[in-house]
Amino acid sequence: MSEKFRADFYQNFIEDDRWKYIVNGLGNTIKITLFAVLLGIALGFLVAIIRSTFEKTGKLKLLNLLCRVYLTVIRGTPVLIQLLLIYFVVFGSVRIDKSLVAILAFGINSGAYVAEIFRSGIMSIDNGQFEAGRSLGFNYTQTMLYIIMPQAFKNVLPALGNEFIVLLKETSVAGYIAIQDLTKGADIIRSRTYSAFMPLMAAAVIYLVMVMIFTYFVQRLERRLRSSDH
Amino acid sequence: MTTNGNDALIQVQHLGKSFEQLDVLKDITVDIHKGDVVCVIGPSGSGKSTFLRCLNRLEEPTSGKIFFEGVDITDPKTDIDKHRQKMGMVFQQFNLFPHMTIMRNLTIGPMKLQGRSQSEAEAEARKLLERVGLADRAQAYPSQLSGGQKQRIAIVRALCMRPEVMLFDEPTSALDPEMVGEVLNVMRDLARERMTMVVVTHEMGFAREVADRVMFMDGGYFLEENAPAEFFANPKNERLKNFLSKVL
Repeated sequence: MSEKFRADFYQNFIEDDRWKYIVNGLGNTIKITLFAVLLGIALGFLVAIIRSTFEKTGKLKLLNLLCRVYLTVIRGTPVLIQLLLIYFVVFGSVRIDKSLVAILAFGINSGAYVAEIFRSGIMSIDNGQFEAGRSLGFNYTQTMLYIIMPQAFKNVLPALGNEFIVLLKETSVAGYIAIQDLTKGADIIRSRTYSAFMPLMAAAVIYLVMVMIFTYFVQRLERRLRSSDH
Repeated sequence: MTTNGNDALIQVQHLGKSFEQLDVLKDITVDIHKGDVVCVIGPSGSGKSTFLRCLNRLEEPTSGKIFFEGVDITDPKTDIDKHRQKMGMVFQQFNLFPHMTIMRNLTIGPMKLQGRSQSEAEAEARKLLERVGLADRAQAYPSQLSGGQKQRIAIVRALCMRPEVMLFDEPTSALDPEMVGEVLNVMRDLARERMTMVVVTHEMGFAREVADRVMFMDGGYFLEENAPAEFFANPKNERLKNFLSKVL
């Protein structure tokens, strides 16, 4: 048993330096996820601000409409089709770094979900908080920034963490546009060695460990932000 | 900017406010002078709170004008944020900022809006905290305080902005009975120092003792207004008589 395991391990990871597929793939996965998360937060934040400003004040009507179209289309279609469309149609005739395409696709996709998470956070804050801020003399933007946002962020942190976990694993379809991410790397090994268990399990365990580490840090942040509730 | 010569601190002219089909305020005209303590009483739904919230435009008036320090603050061109700094407001539900310490609750306005340094803002906040007997709670969070303590802090938060007038929107209505006294005491001290105050309240004892003028509102109008002794001893309006017979 252990003899066979060792032989399998050698064949899948050591022979021809196949471990490099895993390591390089992991690097790509992390790079794409990281930048897509940042893009998603930026986009989501912007859309949430526009949407809740419209809901609170009735201003930004046109932008709000645009945001709603964005939310409907992005949340209503599979991320894989969005990725393929951006790669083959939007950038079909331009030479462009495939990682950049993936970052754009996953970032734009995640932004739609993050926007609704942020918006629900903003709407969950009692209107009295908003009025208290305005009555002191803060304008709309300052009230949002100093009073509403910090409380909203604390409330949505668990949902936000969840969205990033989903995003990390969703990037595993990047192989469809021939990006060698963690999943694709493991699959390449499988196609070379004709043994599926070990490379795919290795990829799965790496995803799992990443998610666990990430969850640990989110929980620590939650605890810190909760210091004002007693 | 529109100004006028009237020397009242707040001048309300033919103020009206409707929500959809409902006329909450119909025709309100009143002057509030510097140092006045005005109590507004009346049944629930009579428009008292709406009147108060129109004074700093938390509600947008639908008709009429409000002058504050001679400036028409209902004019859309007026920078209302500037004027709100001088109109402290205390809410029924306190509305302290739960994610900040008490000290931060008290200093964020003066520091961000009035350019005061942290040490200056904190020194002033500490002085006011001492006056309301809560100096030891500066580093606590709102959730660690009782209702009465929260409301005293909310008053101090408004005072830290050095307002010209304080607006109180049923400040004791959300409190347990044994905590009402401590909040009214703070308000009584303020009145004694001649702070201009407009107080929407159900505390008849407080109105009788502290107010310079008591106003009775019902159905979107001020129906009667008088010095408290006369107001409570000799009500003239039938609706007021009826109201007082139920609450006194």
